Amino acid sequence: MNKNEAIQTYLLALADDELILGHRDAEWTGHAPLIEEDIAFSNIAQDEIGHAQALLRIYESLGGNDPDTMGFLRDADEFTCCHFVQMPKGDWAYTIVRQFFFDAAEIIRLRYLKNSTYELIRELAAKIYPEEQYHLLHTQGNVERLGDATEESRRRMQRAVDEAFEQALGLFEKIPGEDVLIDEKIIPDSRTLEAEWLQFVTPVLKRSGLQSPVIETNGTVESNVEPLYGGRQKKHTEHLHKIIEDMQKVYRMIPGAKW
Amino acid sequence: MNKDLGNITNADVWVALKEVTDPEIPVLSLVDMKIVRDVKIDGNEVHVTMTPTFAGCPAIYQMKSDIEEKLRELGFEKINIDLSFKEPWSTDMLDDEARLKLETFGITPPTKHNGNPTSAINAEVKCPYCKSNDTTMENPFGPTLCRMIYYCNSCRQPFERFKAL
Repeated sequence: MNKNEAIQTYLLALADDELILGHRDAEWTGHAPLIEEDIAFSNIAQDEIGHAQALLRIYESLGGNDPDTMGFLRDADEFTCCHFVQMPKGDWAYTIVRQFFFDAAEIIRLRYLKNSTYELIRELAAKIYPEEQYHLLHTQGNVERLGDATEESRRRMQRAVDEAFEQALGLFEKIPGEDVLIDEKIIPDSRTLEAEWLQFVTPVLKRSGLQSPVIETNGTVESNVEPLYGGRQKKHTEHLHKIIEDMQKVYRMIPGAKW
Repeated sequence: MNKDLGNITNADVWVALKEVTDPEIPVLSLVDMKIVRDVKIDGNEVHVTMTPTFAGCPAIYQMKSDIEEKLRELGFEKINIDLSFKEPWSTDMLDDEARLKLETFGITPPTKHNGNPTSAINAEVKCPYCKSNDTTMENPFGPTLCRMIYYCNSCRQPFERFKAL
């Protein structure tokens, strides 16, 4: 894989994560437990889908198809999103925990990409970074509040953490071609991101009264569960096929349709 | 209205674009918002560079077509509009006049942050109606990507704050 192909592969993996999670978040529009959260998740969905589109524009500038074609005319088995973002929206606890885990990972990744040696990636990361801080502010605050609010909220939040933790580690599954880009300081190493993510989320969960499956020794945190990989290798869950079918239905019915 | 394009200067284009308003904040133009970045006239062609406020802002397409319409009115037939993320848009770019217009419209202007928007999150927020600082954040998200929802404990009204970015 040459450098351009590696950049395209990387951009596509990030865009696919954003696009699919954005659609999962949008499933709460009109259905969230509070109107404030309805607004918040509709906004977050719009941001994530917008980020996917911006990443896909860079992909296009490197000779790829345009963002709409990539999002709406590609089959599920051509996507490279991780399993984490494919999972059904679940209950509100799962939604909050998933979004918090994702936002934390994104902030950490963007902190590196803001210094990428690749100009278009560097500019976009600088743009997206402050937007994501508002997501994290919201989701982290919710984790802290719901973690020990009532017996039921604690139980549901803990169940969500237990379920989401190994899935979230899938965000850091190695993306094919990564090594070429790490050497050129275009992107950070996925292992570095995972280590920093564990360092970040563990104390937040602890403060919220929630247990996480990690082993802590002398300031380092290691995961105690097997990460759920496969997405970056285009091996997907049945859930992805379903959401892609829903997402692409209208576009495929009337190709090239415009609002 | 077909004008002689030879007489149209960059300044004319800027003046015309100052009339194109932000579809979500009709008191500010796309020039006030610093969304229009650059204008270049090349013979009978015009090139405009614009930058989105939020990367996912859906209003960008409306803005693009509003700019096109205005430039067509000026007489241009070949119009190129580029989107750029160079020097990402920041609310610190809004000048005092724009801030005052926002406040009069009922939106608390974005807090200045000197390149560190996180520092603005916990800043004091003044109610645009009664000017009290006794306000509470209700939601970091609002009716558009660029606004947050607050409540004024003094005049007991909900209001919006422009998100510092």
